[in-house]
Amino acid sequence: MSAISELSSITRRKGKVTPEEKKANRRDNKAAYIFLLPWLVGLVAITIGPMLMSLYLSFTDYNLLQPPEWTGLHNFTRMLSDARLHNSLRVTFTYVLIGVPLQLGVALLIALVLDKGLRGLPFYRSVFYLPSLLGGSVAVAILWKQIFGTTGLVNQVLAMFGIQGPGWISDPSTALGSIILLHVWTFGAPMIIFLAGLRQIPNMYYEAAKVDGATTLQQFWRITLPMLSPIIFFNLVLQIIGSFQSFTQAFIVSGGNGGPSDSTMFFTLYLYQKGFGQFDMGYASAMAWVLLLIIGVFTAINFIASKYWVFYDD
Amino acid sequence: MTTKLETLPARDKKSSGARKPTNHRKPRESRGTLAFSRAQRTKGLIKHAILILAGALMIYPLLWMVVSSLRPNELIFRDPGLWLNSLEMSNYTSGWSALTHPFGHYMINSAIVVIGSILGNLISCSMAAYAFARLQFTAKKLFFGIMLLTIMLPFHVVIVPQYILFSQIGWVNTFWPLIVPKLLATDAFFVFLMVQFIRGIPKELDEAARIDGAGHPRIFLRVILPLMVPALATTTIFTFIWTWNDFFGALIYLTDPDMFTVPVALRAFVDSQSATSWGSLFAMSIVSLLPVFLVFLFGQRFLIKGIATTGIK
Repeated sequence: MSAISELSSITRRKGKVTPEEKKANRRDNKAAYIFLLPWLVGLVAITIGPMLMSLYLSFTDYNLLQPPEWTGLHNFTRMLSDARLHNSLRVTFTYVLIGVPLQLGVALLIALVLDKGLRGLPFYRSVFYLPSLLGGSVAVAILWKQIFGTTGLVNQVLAMFGIQGPGWISDPSTALGSIILLHVWTFGAPMIIFLAGLRQIPNMYYEAAKVDGATTLQQFWRITLPMLSPIIFFNLVLQIIGSFQSFTQAFIVSGGNGGPSDSTMFFTLYLYQKGFGQFDMGYASAMAWVLLLIIGVFTAINFIASKYWVFYDD
Repeated sequence: MTTKLETLPARDKKSSGARKPTNHRKPRESRGTLAFSRAQRTKGLIKHAILILAGALMIYPLLWMVVSSLRPNELIFRDPGLWLNSLEMSNYTSGWSALTHPFGHYMINSAIVVIGSILGNLISCSMAAYAFARLQFTAKKLFFGIMLLTIMLPFHVVIVPQYILFSQIGWVNTFWPLIVPKLLATDAFFVFLMVQFIRGIPKELDEAARIDGAGHPRIFLRVILPLMVPALATTTIFTFIWTWNDFFGALIYLTDPDMFTVPVALRAFVDSQSATSWGSLFAMSIVSLLPVFLVFLFGQRFLIKGIATTGIK
């Protein structure tokens, strides 16, 4: 919640310095920069420096052995005709645009059921949360690879009902679906954020609604959803940013090649192959900036759209 | 201490201020009729049934992996159930020694990276957080804004030049590229988490220490740090889990099997095995998940607080 609201409040308050603050400025500068030193070094050497460097490299041809050679916009024009890259964008967009709403929907649904002083809540919460802690690991990706394999758990269960399931991850039409399912499976973290948000909604709203004879569904649409919308928005922004960078699961499930027939070739996976498989560092850098741009555009759209559906009561 | 970590203070204030007039409605609710409470009870039962079913579905794959790791290999392809006829430990022994080094070697490597990362995050992030939460300095808002933005910066944008930088220093196939960034507070999530927490510590405590002649290092070490132990615990637990699971960084920087951490070792295991040895692969997967599971069992309180506060995953 607050990382984003803080960010917007900074831009709002910009430029107002009270005399009190001015006086304090003189006092703390030295101490402050000493405390900030590790972070500042990191910011310059590990974050901003490499960012600018990768921006430069995106206009070059660079293979680590020879010095970078300036090629202007060549990497970007190459992208326009790179069919595998277009495919990787399609795969990534499908993953984000289906996986994120689905995961958040399930998270919200379970949070709604769990809310309201249900007995055994800590137990249920733990059970639903555990997968999201383990979901990013290689071990779970390995498990997924077997579960959705031709003779995996899913097909064994289907066989009990006499159904012959496909090889989910070896079939290009279902491989991405099984990875999206893995993403949905890790709904525990957003669920906990929803639970925290639900608890902040004052009970008196529901009591008043009950007095007026509102149904449960009406209460959900008129009270819960608007009151929860800042939290939904926050989850949406973070999950979209995170999902665009998803890598491990697709890498392990596909054995590192984004197969079958590029159906799980995430943008990040293709970037990895270009940069660290073929050492085409210039192209990989250009791709990284395209990714940053895409994430930036999505986040901006999110923020603009939020004006129409996110409700702040203060 | 715990309430300080709760979010949305603005709304909190509003609700507590507006709660009083509703008091008269309370008796109304407790006057529920018998029919009402029976309906309520069936509703509760249905809820529990749904939740148990959904929970079982969520956990089943994990349980099945545990059971399968204790089964002879051929059963993994035939038995979707959880019943064990006998305990087969051979998957664990064969998995443990399936790679160049015994699996314990990779766990030690992971442990080194994890401990280094935890120390790095604790020291560097708490220092930066103290400055942001308590000190006034030039360009504070700008820096704070940048810090918040870096939380959302995709790792891929910096990975290529970072790799070039670290390979020029000769750090490829060492643990430094995985640890040094943490020493430099690049996990801005934790800076933010700690800033939030320090803001909840009463300023009077700092001022009392200052009147007693304490400087900032002393206030930081003696007043703030001891009071922010819950935030430090949350940071430790999340750093543990993220670093233990980190695949991408290890994949890029660690190519020598001597230096493999657990995730890249597992990946090497997947690649080296034909589809027939799922048992030992499962066994080592379980071993790799065990530390995370233990942290989950004992640190759940901090995990849930941390997520609810900052929305980190």
